Amino acid sequence: MLDKKVVIIDYGMGNLFSIKNACAHVGIESRITSCIDEVLSSDGIILPGVGAFGKAIDTLESLGLLLVIRSSIESGKPFMGICLGLQLLMTESCEFGKHKGLNLISGSVKRFENEVLDNRILKVPHVGWNEIILKEKIGSKSGHTFLKDFNSCEYMYFVHSYYVEPEDKSIVLTTTKYGSIEFCSSIQYKNIFACQFHPERSGEKGLQIYRNFRNLLVGS
Amino acid sequence: MKNIRIIPRLDIKGPNLVKGIHLEGLRIMGKPENFAKFYYENGADELIYMDVVASLYGRNSLDEIIKRTSKETFIPLTVGGGLRNLDDIQRVLREGADKVALNTSAIQRPGLVKEAAKEFGSSTIVISIDAIKMEDGSYQAFTDNGREETGVDVEEWAKQIVDLGAGEILITSVDKEGTGKGYDIELTRIIANSVSIPVIACGGAGEVWHVFDVVKNGKADAVSMASILHYNIVHNSGTKGNFKTEGNIEFLESNKQFTKIKDASIREIKNYLLKQGLECREVLGEEDRGFVR
Repeated sequence: MLDKKVVIIDYGMGNLFSIKNACAHVGIESRITSCIDEVLSSDGIILPGVGAFGKAIDTLESLGLLLVIRSSIESGKPFMGICLGLQLLMTESCEFGKHKGLNLISGSVKRFENEVLDNRILKVPHVGWNEIILKEKIGSKSGHTFLKDFNSCEYMYFVHSYYVEPEDKSIVLTTTKYGSIEFCSSIQYKNIFACQFHPERSGEKGLQIYRNFRNLLVGS
Repeated sequence: MKNIRIIPRLDIKGPNLVKGIHLEGLRIMGKPENFAKFYYENGADELIYMDVVASLYGRNSLDEIIKRTSKETFIPLTVGGGLRNLDDIQRVLREGADKVALNTSAIQRPGLVKEAAKEFGSSTIVISIDAIKMEDGSYQAFTDNGREETGVDVEEWAKQIVDLGAGEILITSVDKEGTGKGYDIELTRIIANSVSIPVIACGGAGEVWHVFDVVKNGKADAVSMASILHYNIVHNSGTKGNFKTEGNIEFLESNKQFTKIKDASIREIKNYLLKQGLECREVLGEEDRGFVR
């Protein structure tokens, strides 16, 4: 086990245990917690989440974690956001009325429509494996660290009805196509990596993202 | 982009993986976690664990199996069977399940679906419907492994489920289940056409073509199967002995292939779907990794 402590932020939403198992599998010691001090003293943060945006923000606020997460990210600590943990970084979401997010990334969160394609209703939520298309431009930059050694197309597991639209397209690491929409499926910006898919449920390639996270922790 | 999911279904009784016909007459196949690991390593997109006796006898022995499985497999795991309330759901999620499948408890108290979706998120809640075709041609939902009649029409129930906030529907044809005669295409299509959430077809796969049929003509978004995959493992490696026995082990001792099923691996199923122009996540590598007992 690595001598670095990672916290998986527990605000009552999502399967945190599969994330903990993935961390353990690649040798990252992690704790599931909602304790402010533990988050502050951690070496890395994972913000998971499945469920409603508004409720998540309200719960994080009431636990006193909103400011702590923001200041930790701003301090440069390696950060990984998963699913709702990506969406929460945005300016705002339109899920069940307008809600303000962490606003660490300028942009908004939008919902898939039940469009009809080839006589089939596009099912929402988008559930299942889909390709992530690597944006090549980023490969030449300092980014890309979380998807090191990835091919241009890899399959990852998705479960979501909403997707993010960041204003700054240069932070988009991968995109994914669903229905007629090509949405942003992961971003990398400074110490932040966040993805719409679930790497801990995406087989060996997904675990590779956790290994890359581990390598970042070693270097930090 | 429409990627069809292939989802092995593992029916569990006590410590064993079992398989029956019409959800009855269970045969022991081996240890569920070994089958789960094999499927994970060889291209499964998700896994379903169904505790087939839990809702009959009020016991739930899945906990340890879930815990061990979730440490070794990194694809979504859905667990169903005997989950009665929010506490039961919370418990299996804490042991490492990603989603839960509700059947009997949801029909008895539809409000549970709404509460569960609100508490754990819609995508965590799968509603499992066991359907039987009635004499008048309609389909009715049954509970307790197809034993208890409910009087609930499956199409009405499916629509209600969506309004209650469920994330997916697992539709099993009890008539076809374990027979190898193919999926109930009509049933699957009725459900898939009447809801906006993904539908997983289950029950009846006896050859690779059946899987294609239920996607193409039944409009299934994902396909679940058991015998066709389990028998392929037994066929290729045999799983005699060396596991705790409980119930009918005649099948394994005789080591006979179940004749109505033309068994296949996930790789063979997916390669067939791809050849027919459907999209799914390819199984990587040249050949399957071995089955470890």
